[in-house]
Amino acid sequence: MSAALLIEQLLNGLQFGVMLFLMAAGLTLIFGVMGLINLAHGSLYMIGAFAAAGVAGWTGSFWLALMGALMAAAMIGALVEMVVIRRLYDRDHLDQVLATFALILIFSEGTRFFFGSLPLYLDTPDLLSGPTMLPGGIEYSKYRLFIIAVGLAVGAGLFWLISRTRIGIQIRAGEADREMIAALGVDIRKLYTLVFALGAALAGLAGAMIGPIQSVEVGMGEPVLILAFVVIVIGGIGSIKGAFIGALLVGLTDTLGRIMLPQLFGLFMDASSATTVGASLASMTIYILMAGILLFKPSGLFGGQS
Amino acid sequence: MKLKTLALAGLMASTSSMALADGVSIGMITTLSGGGAGLGIDVRDGFMLAIEQSGRDDIEMIIEDDERAPDRAVQLADRMIQSDDVDIMTGIIWSNLAMAVIPSATAQGVFYLSPNAGPSQLAGPGCHENYFNVAWQNDGLHEAAGAYANTAGYGNSFILAPNYPAGRDALTGYQRMFEGDVAEEVYTQLGQTDYAAEISQIRNSGADSVYFFLPGGMGIAFVRQYAESGVDIPLIGPAFSFDQGILGAVGEAALGVHNTSQWSQDLDNPTNAAFVEAFQAEYGRLPSLYASQGFDTANLILSAMEVAHPDDADAFRAALEAANFDSTRGDFAFGPNHHPIQDIYVREVVMQGDVLTNVVVGTALEDHGDAYADQCQM
Repeated sequence: MSAALLIEQLLNGLQFGVMLFLMAAGLTLIFGVMGLINLAHGSLYMIGAFAAAGVAGWTGSFWLALMGALMAAAMIGALVEMVVIRRLYDRDHLDQVLATFALILIFSEGTRFFFGSLPLYLDTPDLLSGPTMLPGGIEYSKYRLFIIAVGLAVGAGLFWLISRTRIGIQIRAGEADREMIAALGVDIRKLYTLVFALGAALAGLAGAMIGPIQSVEVGMGEPVLILAFVVIVIGGIGSIKGAFIGALLVGLTDTLGRIMLPQLFGLFMDASSATTVGASLASMTIYILMAGILLFKPSGLFGGQS
Repeated sequence: MKLKTLALAGLMASTSSMALADGVSIGMITTLSGGGAGLGIDVRDGFMLAIEQSGRDDIEMIIEDDERAPDRAVQLADRMIQSDDVDIMTGIIWSNLAMAVIPSATAQGVFYLSPNAGPSQLAGPGCHENYFNVAWQNDGLHEAAGAYANTAGYGNSFILAPNYPAGRDALTGYQRMFEGDVAEEVYTQLGQTDYAAEISQIRNSGADSVYFFLPGGMGIAFVRQYAESGVDIPLIGPAFSFDQGILGAVGEAALGVHNTSQWSQDLDNPTNAAFVEAFQAEYGRLPSLYASQGFDTANLILSAMEVAHPDDADAFRAALEAANFDSTRGDFAFGPNHHPIQDIYVREVVMQGDVLTNVVVGTALEDHGDAYADQCQM
């Protein structure tokens, strides 16, 4: 494999990784702070993508579409928290799974009702369409570079928010001991709504940014949700740093596995069975990675006490 | 979601099929949601157009969405066979679902007419007297594409398909006819939506052509991302990679691309002209090859129903084998394994008015059967 191809594949893995990070960050915050398993996180990703497609169809502007997606996902997130999720904090995880699974069905059918079951498409903005030349003669899609940049910026922003601001202190305190910070006079209900809306907005942003690359369709959130759960389990539940490292690990493992495994099997098998076996095994690599990490670190890379 | 044209059919079905002696009950399991929805919707719409045109009111249709999930398809099939007591089944788009449903359905005495999936297993050793494929054996269009790539002068292809039965049939079919070298053979996941890694491989492969089989939403994602990536190696595909649904979503990135198909909207025969016009009038869009396959399947069933009721299995089967109906493809005949013997054309993507569509520019293979017929013992 040439160096140019390897660098291109690393960029692909990085881009996939930061997308997963946007999803996993919200999921891990919500789980860490509120102890809530939110299966409907994938629906918020879908809502972001549909909101972006709707706004783009209406105004023709990608940037407005991105803003619209952020706001729609945050608003629906806050609404869902106040109407449904709030009643689930004291229940056990099974009730939460059941209720948020019901939300998936409601959001999927609702979206189908308004937008139909055929996929929608978003166009990349002119500024970001086409490839660009990177140093070393590597041609790479501008839009994918944009996703990487946004993902890294959001990651840095979240670190700053969690570690340097008053809200961040409250979030971390809420993670450690929810009764105590309520006793100290923090409005815990408002804090929970805020965290949920923040997580929803990140998922919506991820959905909106993936729109121009893939198609916008009902059910697009669930495959990503599964990967996001893998990411937070690898990274350690509740840890933003863990979500970031976990997302990049999963992104790179998946991308490089898809490319390298068939070639690896090609060394000792005939070409056609090597490609089928390699392709089949490639779809398992991230789960093997997860199992391997859990073997040595049962609470994930950056997980606290289990 | 059930479309019932026969009142009280549910009640009657539970008593016995004799109660329905005059009517025929058809179960359609197809993909109506998710990334493969376009294909199932087209098959269903084409099929229902023919049923409507026939004016018959003794046909009960049960239409269900399999969501492209094999377990869901098996569940639906069991219900249709055991409690709805259907006579005929049809509709499945994806070969992995077909493999999960068809062998057990035909073993239980139901007729299955495939409007799309044609896995090699069911054309060869796994063929069955009650299984008919009205579309093609999976390899067919890909074999034609291999033959086209030879005449177009390509000598080194990068080939790409999803890792499921039809994907493996596709690349086998292409390589059966293609005389050049294969730069790389890559299998992706079924339903994959991001092809960045594969496109990077293509860019660095040194191939002079890319052959890809990615039906439905996968094809849309791939062609859009390919255009965005700036790689300019020419694309070749079967019709599935450039059907009417994909063209609408991909836009001008597909202009000038060649693909192979057993059908095209501009095929010059009266049945096809009438079909294209009626489909546009009914649904307000151009039909795809999937719609033509659904339409042909329904017309084949209707033609056989003129001769015998499916309860008279031998007579009904003989009537299906005779294929005495007007196909949108012109001439239509079954081979010994109940798969079509047909011409496969080369089409080019052009702009007609302001709509992208395919027009026939040549014939890739004439009276083409499939490579598995002689392994079939019926």
